Amino acid sequence: MKTNQPTKSYVADTPWLDREASPFIQIKNLSKNFDGTPAVANIDLNIYQGELFTILGGSGCGKSTLLRMLAGFETPSEGQIIIDSKDMAGIPAYDRPVNMMFQSYAVFPHMTVAQNISYGLKKDGIEKSQIKNQVNEMLELVQLSALGKRKPHQLSGGQRQRVALARALIKKPKVLLLDEPLAALDKKLREQTQFELMNLQYELGITFVVVTHDQEEAMTLSSRVAVMNEGRFIQIGTPSQVYESPNNKFVADFFGTINFFNATVQNANQDSKVLRATLEKTGTELDAKFDGNIHTGDQITIAVRPEKISITKNNPEGENLTITKGVVEDLAYYGNRSIYRIRSQSGRIIQVSAQNFARSEQLALEWDDEVYLSWNSSCNVVLTE
Amino acid sequence: MNTSHATNEVIKPLNMNFQDAMWRKFITYLPYLWLLLFFLAPFIIVLKISFATPIVAQPPFTELFDLDSDTSRWWLASWENYQFLTEDNLYWVSYFKSIKVAFISTIICLLIGYPMAYGIARATPIKRNILLMLVILPFWTSFLLRVYAWMGLLGKNGIVNSALMHIGIIDSPLQLLYTDMAVYLGIVYTYIPFMILPLYANLEKMDTSLHDAAADLGARPWQVFINITLPLSIPGILAGSLLVFIPAIGEYVIPALLGGLDSLMIGRTLYDEFFVNRDWPLASAVATILLLILVIPIMLFQRSQRDKPQS
Amino acid sequence: MNKSSRFVFSSLCFGFAFLYVPILVLVVYSFNQSAITSVWGGFSLRWYFALFDNEQIIDAALLSVRIAAVSATFATILGTMAGLALAQMGRYRGRLLFTGLIAAPLVMPEVITGLSLLLMFVSLQELVGWPMSRGASTITIAHITFSMAYVAVIVQSRLSSMDQSLQEAAMDLGGRPIQVAFDITFPLIAPSMLSGWLLAFTLSLDDLVIASFTSGAGASTLPMIIFSKIKLGVTPDINALATIIIGIVGLGITIASWIMLRQNKNKENG
Repeated sequence: MKTNQPTKSYVADTPWLDREASPFIQIKNLSKNFDGTPAVANIDLNIYQGELFTILGGSGCGKSTLLRMLAGFETPSEGQIIIDSKDMAGIPAYDRPVNMMFQSYAVFPHMTVAQNISYGLKKDGIEKSQIKNQVNEMLELVQLSALGKRKPHQLSGGQRQRVALARALIKKPKVLLLDEPLAALDKKLREQTQFELMNLQYELGITFVVVTHDQEEAMTLSSRVAVMNEGRFIQIGTPSQVYESPNNKFVADFFGTINFFNATVQNANQDSKVLRATLEKTGTELDAKFDGNIHTGDQITIAVRPEKISITKNNPEGENLTITKGVVEDLAYYGNRSIYRIRSQSGRIIQVSAQNFARSEQLALEWDDEVYLSWNSSCNVVLTE
Repeated sequence: MNTSHATNEVIKPLNMNFQDAMWRKFITYLPYLWLLLFFLAPFIIVLKISFATPIVAQPPFTELFDLDSDTSRWWLASWENYQFLTEDNLYWVSYFKSIKVAFISTIICLLIGYPMAYGIARATPIKRNILLMLVILPFWTSFLLRVYAWMGLLGKNGIVNSALMHIGIIDSPLQLLYTDMAVYLGIVYTYIPFMILPLYANLEKMDTSLHDAAADLGARPWQVFINITLPLSIPGILAGSLLVFIPAIGEYVIPALLGGLDSLMIGRTLYDEFFVNRDWPLASAVATILLLILVIPIMLFQRSQRDKPQS
Repeated sequence: MNKSSRFVFSSLCFGFAFLYVPILVLVVYSFNQSAITSVWGGFSLRWYFALFDNEQIIDAALLSVRIAAVSATFATILGTMAGLALAQMGRYRGRLLFTGLIAAPLVMPEVITGLSLLLMFVSLQELVGWPMSRGASTITIAHITFSMAYVAVIVQSRLSSMDQSLQEAAMDLGGRPIQVAFDITFPLIAPSMLSGWLLAFTLSLDDLVIASFTSGAGASTLPMIIFSKIKLGVTPDINALATIIIGIVGLGITIASWIMLRQNKNKENG
């Protein structure tokens, strides 16, 4: 198969920005209640043909329920699911153009690999000779050619996953649903499988909808990510959008680490959409771009990623810089980078992550050193909730 | 077509075809109908007949009402069977005896069965399977014959007496058979697998890291047992005890073969009323009262099964 | 071995001795020349020969086996359906009552089930003319009724420990519910269905009380014959019968275990 690198750029394809494009999957006001408690609450979502869309959230957020409603295993309490312009209401799982790869793989233990893969085709009533050819093609695609006659208990976890994948893909579904596809794999296999999935998806052009709790997985795989919590979507965007421009603290904190600062707005320019704020206690002034309704005097949160912050021994004094002072509280050396915990003048801990490239300033930091923290003001993310 | 349901009811997709819907109905309701007809309805009939009067006829009881005869005597149902039960001492004694015997047998089964279940659960997987098989094996051989085996052992000419006389402990054979002790022995012997299996299922599933944690915190082995193992095994104890207690109350064969005539258990009383005295209505009344006594334990049993079905 | 292990070990020994000594005694004395158990008259097979001459016993045995086979089969079918319904059909009307109806036969005293079924058959006869007479068929119906509860519990337990996504995967791939049942569910619960069948067979073969109630003239099952004989006391030909039965059961279990071991070995070698 292909090499372990994605062969195309995904960013170039952005159908969700094209006003003419009609979404392949439309979810309108979808809700699901169990015994009165909502698992999924009034969800709206458009997914476009060819996307690798990820739904990301912790356990209990409703993502699995949403996936199961797409597959047809749960009936919505409210709302509609439309796939390829066809309303899925009342259509059972076995009649939908959707196939699923289950978290446990659900490979039939009493059938061989080949029998597993051909199951869907048999149910469609396809001729035996045709089935045989397609099964062999599939086996090649997932690199299991020699194992057609084996039984599942003779295969490794990764191999079983490929069987599950082949079994679903052979039906040429319009949508493939994947439930935590990388969860059961060890680290190396996970990376390899990640790229393989992406390549497969691009080659076959099938719309993938992935459900996962792993934020790294979500960021590397997806064309777009939807962050879900308590049955609702908090933010939907490309990986870089949700990482760099989270629209609230929940999303900001979900991906990696982030520093939060409480600040008061001194001046909010509604035309240029730039505001000036002071951080509480330290009084450090900063500029930041903002969206929406923010006025002078508002209390806001400024969020800054650790890798955007530079540590220097002297005041860097530059344009468009936000600068504050602090004392080194803790440091951890990771080889390629170091993580510093700096106690600022307000008493708060600021986390800074720095690559250990060749030091031009002889920056060898020790505990209790006094340092300057600076970052480009464009890195200030304004959050109101 | 949107479906709005507030509960987790199984909502059939609206256009499930006729075949699939029929399949569901078939699977769900056929066994249900069978049990309603051949298990539940019979109890109602027992209740009905308990109000009838025995006559020499086929079938040997009257109808509850006879619309043809003259109006002053058309209601033939009566409480006289129940009255008889409350008046005649024999029945009170039988009911209490049955409960007492079942209760004591259950306790003995527990005392013998718990260590056995514990030992099996603690054994290595291979030994465990062998031991389990050994516990289940007698169960597959005829229960009647195993009770019969005890008749041979306990009789005046039986092995136990012969051995004891041979050794010289006694001079003349003891009356072992046809005693209460023989009944206890028989019940415990027959029902002990029913105590061991649920207990074993419970103990085997128990998280042994709890024991390790307790030991780590300084608990001695017997303390670990009392404070951790025992409380956690209560569901198993309950299931096993009910599996012994409830059927033992109404047991017929064991008291009939091994028990004496001095005080009868209710199973025997019922059987005799029915087959010997041919008094079907009275037997029905006996059965109804027995059922009433058992309703609460049976509900308890059903509750315990609901949470964890055990095979 | 520390004190508690010694206690457990000795109770295991005592327990198993308790279980098996009576059986061993039965077997040994079936070969006793003398008719009195306490006196050993030498090794002899006379009681076995007596058995084979006894037409009554042989007829009863054949009848019992026939009833057992039929009732086990129907009990397995109905019990599997019940197990499926309980494990997989979610909530439906009357489900609570149904779970009660399945749990109750497991503990109900046999005299009650026997009496109630007999009265049921009598009433049915009055109402609709069937059953005309009681005998093998009524006994079979009775046995099916209580055995199906055992099968249901076994199947339900197996189903609840089975990965539910297997059936969902089959549906997802285009299998309709009936197809999924035959393609996936039944193959996977087949061992449980077999255990259920064997259990139902044994329960039927062994039943005395219910058969006594629901039988009629001319239909005597093996337990009924045995019971009428042993009521009067120990008879050595019954010892011989017991030994034969024990032998068959022991053989059956040994073969079954051997087959299971072979299967496991095959699984590992692939």
